[in-house]
Amino acid sequence: MANTPDYAWPPMDKRKVIGTSPKRLDGAQKSTGKAKYNSDVKPAGLVFAVYLTSPHAHAKVTSIDTSAAEKTPGVTAVHVVATPGTEIQWAYAEIAAVAATTEEVARDAVRKIKVEYEVLPHLVNEEDLSKAGARAKAAGEQVTGDVEKAFQEAEVTAEGSYGMPVIAHCCLEPHGQTIEWKGDSVNYWPSTQNISGIGSTLAPNIKVEAAKIHAHMDYIGGGFGSKFAADAWGPVCAFLSQKSGGKPVRLYLDRAHELAVGGNRPSAFGKIKVGAKKDGTITVWESQTWATGGMAGGGMPPIPYVFVNIPNKRMNHTAVAVNAGSQRAWRAPNNQQACFLTCSAIEDLAAKLKMDPVEVLYKNADYTARADVYRAQLRKAQEIAEWSKHWHARGDSGSGPVKRGLGVALHTWGGGGHNSKCRTVINPDGSVAVELASQDLGTGTRTVIVQVAAETLGLPMSAIKLNIGDSSLPPSGGSGGSTTVGGVSSSTRKSTVNALAKLFETVAPSLGAQPDQLEAVDGNVRVKGNPSKSLTWAAACKKLGATKISEEGENQQRNPMGLNAQGVGGVQIADVSVDTETGIVKMNRFVAVQDIGLVVNPELAKSQIYGAVIMGICSALMEERVMDQQTGRVLNPDMEFYKLAGIGDIGEIVVHLDITEAHDKRGIVGLGEPPAVSPLTAIGNAVANAIGVRVPRIPLSPDRVLAALDRRNA
Amino acid sequence: MSIKKDPEVPKKPKSAFSRRGFIRGVGIGGGALGTGILEQEAPAAETAGQFIGPGAVPVTLKINGKPYNMNLEPRVTLLDALRNHLDLTGAKRVCDRATCGACTVIVDGKVMYSCTVLAIDAQGKDIQTIEGIAGPTLHPVSAAFVNHDAQQCGYCTPGFVMAAKGFLDKHPSPTLEQCERGLSGNLCRCGTYVGMKKAVLEAATKMKGGRRG
Repeated sequence: MANTPDYAWPPMDKRKVIGTSPKRLDGAQKSTGKAKYNSDVKPAGLVFAVYLTSPHAHAKVTSIDTSAAEKTPGVTAVHVVATPGTEIQWAYAEIAAVAATTEEVARDAVRKIKVEYEVLPHLVNEEDLSKAGARAKAAGEQVTGDVEKAFQEAEVTAEGSYGMPVIAHCCLEPHGQTIEWKGDSVNYWPSTQNISGIGSTLAPNIKVEAAKIHAHMDYIGGGFGSKFAADAWGPVCAFLSQKSGGKPVRLYLDRAHELAVGGNRPSAFGKIKVGAKKDGTITVWESQTWATGGMAGGGMPPIPYVFVNIPNKRMNHTAVAVNAGSQRAWRAPNNQQACFLTCSAIEDLAAKLKMDPVEVLYKNADYTARADVYRAQLRKAQEIAEWSKHWHARGDSGSGPVKRGLGVALHTWGGGGHNSKCRTVINPDGSVAVELASQDLGTGTRTVIVQVAAETLGLPMSAIKLNIGDSSLPPSGGSGGSTTVGGVSSSTRKSTVNALAKLFETVAPSLGAQPDQLEAVDGNVRVKGNPSKSLTWAAACKKLGATKISEEGENQQRNPMGLNAQGVGGVQIADVSVDTETGIVKMNRFVAVQDIGLVVNPELAKSQIYGAVIMGICSALMEERVMDQQTGRVLNPDMEFYKLAGIGDIGEIVVHLDITEAHDKRGIVGLGEPPAVSPLTAIGNAVANAIGVRVPRIPLSPDRVLAALDRRNA
Repeated sequence: MSIKKDPEVPKKPKSAFSRRGFIRGVGIGGGALGTGILEQEAPAAETAGQFIGPGAVPVTLKINGKPYNMNLEPRVTLLDALRNHLDLTGAKRVCDRATCGACTVIVDGKVMYSCTVLAIDAQGKDIQTIEGIAGPTLHPVSAAFVNHDAQQCGYCTPGFVMAAKGFLDKHPSPTLEQCERGLSGNLCRCGTYVGMKKAVLEAATKMKGGRRG
């Protein structure tokens, strides 16, 4: 019995639950409003906190007077964040916070706080690099091969300028938490992607042992990479609770604050020159790029994206520090920017070569790490998009005012499985509990965990009670980098296999067999190959007597044991119509082809891809954080002018999951990120194809489309 | 409505910012609001000759058929009354400015953004929240959202369900295009519109044959 149990996934044709698409387990809780998010929880005695934030983008606090706020009836605590001398680096930076018996009283009290500032010069826009001055920091040149010679020898070169703005995560549930700090223990209800780890990010800031912080969360209203740590507001909320005599305090950012500082995707601007042979073989790449993600500037995206082995390359990048909220991981950090800069430049090269861009990508696929995957996906995407029927050479789109165009982009991502521990309990009454401190971001994590457990134990999903979302459970990683499904599925597989092995040891004698001859199928424990020697699950568990089984299983990121893997590819094609009189871009159809290894629940996987594509449509056509250099403030920190797509804006979306035996054998990879990479680039390329000219800057708002047409016609 | 004239109340609001003035005056972008709007607002209020507040006043709301008595400041929105003062948290506060629809409720049969209705103004009206349609069996709209996976994080979902219900109550046989227009006042960040389109059409069919409440 010392042998390592066989944790391998059952073969595709033997699976009964994995690979099927049961509905998400928490669907009814959500669609009836019963799901309690942490911004909904209302522990007894709850008081409400409100922030005072800075009106200036760059300033020094010279004095702060909270006395009037403190005297306001109903106020339970005032906490100063920015003491005199503090340098404020962006508008909406936190200055102080007030807790009171009602939110209205807290808002009144906040307005009574008197703050004096010494206003300092600011920079909030990075698009015009010539105005960045000392805020621009060159990152140094990277050179491969002989760039000069390669350009001399290139038969065709294409040059272009490209830009994408900073956008916000805009989680619908804002960042924040409720905290109750009583004595030496802290009850913590954060909105987080990291229920296991968030307590240890709060602990040092409030000088409480992490073990004394109990974090709980059943539901989160969006994170997208922006909610891993306690952040600035965690400690403030804790101090307000402590100062309020241990009353629980609710502190969530209001929408303007959320949009200004709740996380953002760094911008990317670039001037790119690509050289190629007449047959479309790319020989040389040169780029000058710049970006910002706040005061730290923005790093260089990994360009040339995917086509990493282009032999001659020169890259220069400049990080620009601006007085605005800081970047956070944004669904495939850096990859959207890299894809945009690379696949836009290749599309423009193809147009100059008068070649089909799909053929240019196909021809150059050997520069990538997964040529075969991309080549197959390019053909599949072409087929679904009816490329041969609808694609035309750039600008060759008929005489009417509405022009149709198609565009393509491709992407990669890592994924894999994060560290995760899971505990499976089998009780003598036959009930089963699966427990781990993970979180379901709306991706379907609950559902896939239970599918894996049901598959292993040969039980219906309804027989398994799942506990997640509490820091007292076995620890599991934060949900980032598309590593959750790989991590939790693997730890659940191992812990259920381990628990089942214990049950088999108990039951084997009564079935007259060795434990390793048993299997759990269809609610029975039986001898393999001899179904007549069988016990129902309930009868088998009864043999445990008074002792329950409790077994853990662990996934280690560095040793996935074949259960999960890293690295996927995807190809996407956008089909748009552009009204050249109004500049309005309309989505006709969008095709997403994606490899994701072993797929636990295809319909939930498709939902992830639909969502990723729709986010990309928002990004391509609408979203932009608009900064005003005069005032230093965000001009659109609301959802009227910070625009997201509505239900009528998305056209038809077709998802093709690349489910094959070969991909499946790699194990589970994870999917949140990869399909979010390409959409904005595919749409930008489709617009260029439609109207015959590159709109260099996204979002592709009507004014930018019309301006690009004017330039072409000038 | 039991609004009494209160001689103690000053004729002009002292506060530089009131939600009532805000809501009546503009509707978007806090930064756009100057005191000028409030000054214009004051004479209108005088003509009406009725003042309540600014302190808490008794308010009775009829929510899902049940009366709820509260003491609320007149500036408290219906949404905040539901969420902060009661424990009806299905409606969510997201934009708080009548854009996103996460706070959608149905008032006297009409789909409303509860972030932009004052609780005192909702007195005497029939307020239906998502809790009111969440009976022992799933409402056809809620069921259709599950069937077609029209939700991810779920934070926008109660608002969409109420908007869809309100829309379908008035448009029992909609086309897809009409559904898209009917739900254009709500926003989702996760991107669940693909399932939602199917869900609303399915719910329309189911509601025709059966439950509408």
